[in-house]
Amino acid sequence: MAESQSRDREAPSVTVDDGALRAEGDWTVGSAARLTERLRGMSEGIREIDGTAISRLDASGALLLLQAASRAGLDAGDVRVDESHRKLLETVAATGQRRQAPELPEARPWRELLERVGRSVHEVARSTGELLDFVGQVVHRLVRTAVRPSRLRLTSTVHHMEQTGLDAVPLLALLASLVGAVVAYLGATILREFGAELLVINLVTFSFLREFGVLLTAILLAGRTASAFCTQIGMMKSHEEIDAIRVLGLDVIELLVLPRLIALVVMLPLLAFVATISGLAGGMAVAVLALGIDAGVYVDQVRDSFTMTDYLVGLIKAPIFAFVIALIGCLEGLRVEGSAESAGRHTTTAVVRSLTMVIVIDALAAMYFSEIGW
Amino acid sequence: MSGPVPDRSADPVVRVRGLVNRFDSTVVHDRLDLDVRRGEILGVVGGSGSGKSVLMRSILGLQRPQAGTVELFGRRFGPGDSRAGLEDLVGVLFQDGALFSSMTVCENVEVPLRAHRPELDERLRRQLALLKIRLSGLPGDAAGKLPSELSGGMRKRASLARALALEPDLLFLDEPTAGLDPVGAAGFDELIETLQESLGFTIFLITHDLDTLYRVCDRVAVLADRRVLACGPLEDIEALDHEWVREYFHGPRARAARRAGPDAERDG
Repeated sequence: MAESQSRDREAPSVTVDDGALRAEGDWTVGSAARLTERLRGMSEGIREIDGTAISRLDASGALLLLQAASRAGLDAGDVRVDESHRKLLETVAATGQRRQAPELPEARPWRELLERVGRSVHEVARSTGELLDFVGQVVHRLVRTAVRPSRLRLTSTVHHMEQTGLDAVPLLALLASLVGAVVAYLGATILREFGAELLVINLVTFSFLREFGVLLTAILLAGRTASAFCTQIGMMKSHEEIDAIRVLGLDVIELLVLPRLIALVVMLPLLAFVATISGLAGGMAVAVLALGIDAGVYVDQVRDSFTMTDYLVGLIKAPIFAFVIALIGCLEGLRVEGSAESAGRHTTTAVVRSLTMVIVIDALAAMYFSEIGW
Repeated sequence: MSGPVPDRSADPVVRVRGLVNRFDSTVVHDRLDLDVRRGEILGVVGGSGSGKSVLMRSILGLQRPQAGTVELFGRRFGPGDSRAGLEDLVGVLFQDGALFSSMTVCENVEVPLRAHRPELDERLRRQLALLKIRLSGLPGDAAGKLPSELSGGMRKRASLARALALEPDLLFLDEPTAGLDPVGAAGFDELIETLQESLGFTIFLITHDLDTLYRVCDRVAVLADRRVLACGPLEDIEALDHEWVREYFHGPRARAARRAGPDAERDG
């Protein structure tokens, strides 16, 4: 019993004696590496192969035996093995795998580099086209829904409003108030040198009304919502649910994209308002606790420095961001194909693209509004 | 019998004793016993929810039972014991194939070889992988394809190739013919039969497919009433007086399968 408990108990061996190759021991996957090493260069002048002394043979071992035979110009029928191994040897021989494996393709780094560059350029062009096509379709469905509002999936829209909007409020409020506090600290450090600490309040108000309220919200939603949209639709795609929708004659965009888009377009400005208030509150906390400014003074100063133009300049970007985030999230979801890896890749793309677009659009808008003097 | 090194010649290969599996208040197995003998094809049948897959997962250590022991190749495992060291003795074909979706078929088959036979060089590893792919009845050009590019039947075959990569002594097949068309299913039955005859492993086969049962199985274990109701040759099982067994083995589909079974072939 003790003997039989160890695996590979008989070391494999190959000997050549007067043109006869004798195989002994365990010819198994466990000894395949050693056997290949020994069989190398042994094909010279082999006229017969005797495998009757093989104690254990598996498919891998049989392959090696047949390869040795093939190199010596022998057939499977010429290899002598124990009767119990005959069937296995024939099954393996029948796969036609005796030949050496095909050569691995030669590595050509420069060509591969060029090929990848070409592929990327093509891919960018293709995906831009797809995005434009998608935007067109979505706008078409939007108009159609506007003409006949009964087509709108109201339940689904409200559900997404809750998920993307309401559920994001606590996190957004926390982040915005922290950023408000940071802005106040930074401003105080500089403005103190000019003896104008009170202007910290103007700085916080101005930056949050015009930029940070909306931008922070859009960045948070690009991470939180674009990925969620992409994953939801991507899972449906890989489970053939999207195909089922199409087969039933329903419209994927109307059913899945519009509710998400409308929910986000409605919720993002509201969330931006929450972010602005939270930012002002964060700034106030720093002003009162660290800078010794009276709370009443803070509120008065906010009221004095508030202008509707600043607020609208900020708010007008909100629906645009919402549109971009929802579209990219949904489009990437629809691009998912089958595998889990594909879902992950597209989710990453959704987040990266929507973040990039949000920041680029914000920068362009900032330039535009400052040039026209708003 | 139990020792640190698995014993390839142990008989029975699998010995389950007193297995208890409970999910909340649902008892799936209650002190279940089962033996799988060396070299046989054991068919495991039972209604939906009778715990066939749970039994397989308990044997493989993927599922922690509440009580009971599992002996594999003479090594005894209690609930929660790691099955480390048995990976190259046991191959598993999961119900949906469970191929790694980001890898080609060939890379999938190479995974176990990479993990457990690191001494193989790239070329030999590829040769062995291709051998298993061909043995599983796939054309050579399937090797470079991704699982998502294959049909359901081909995915099953690719998954079988991966299960065979390390030349296992014991193979678990979870509904290998489910979701295949009758021609594909018959082809798969034939494949299992041929491979088992030439490679000589033991097979634990979960199936609903009566054709498979009649064609390839040496013995059949019926799971019902939270235990193994009976285990033996088909003729004995058919004769059992139990409601589910009667419905299963004496329905119209069973009669057709029995007519087409191996005995009929021989007689004809």
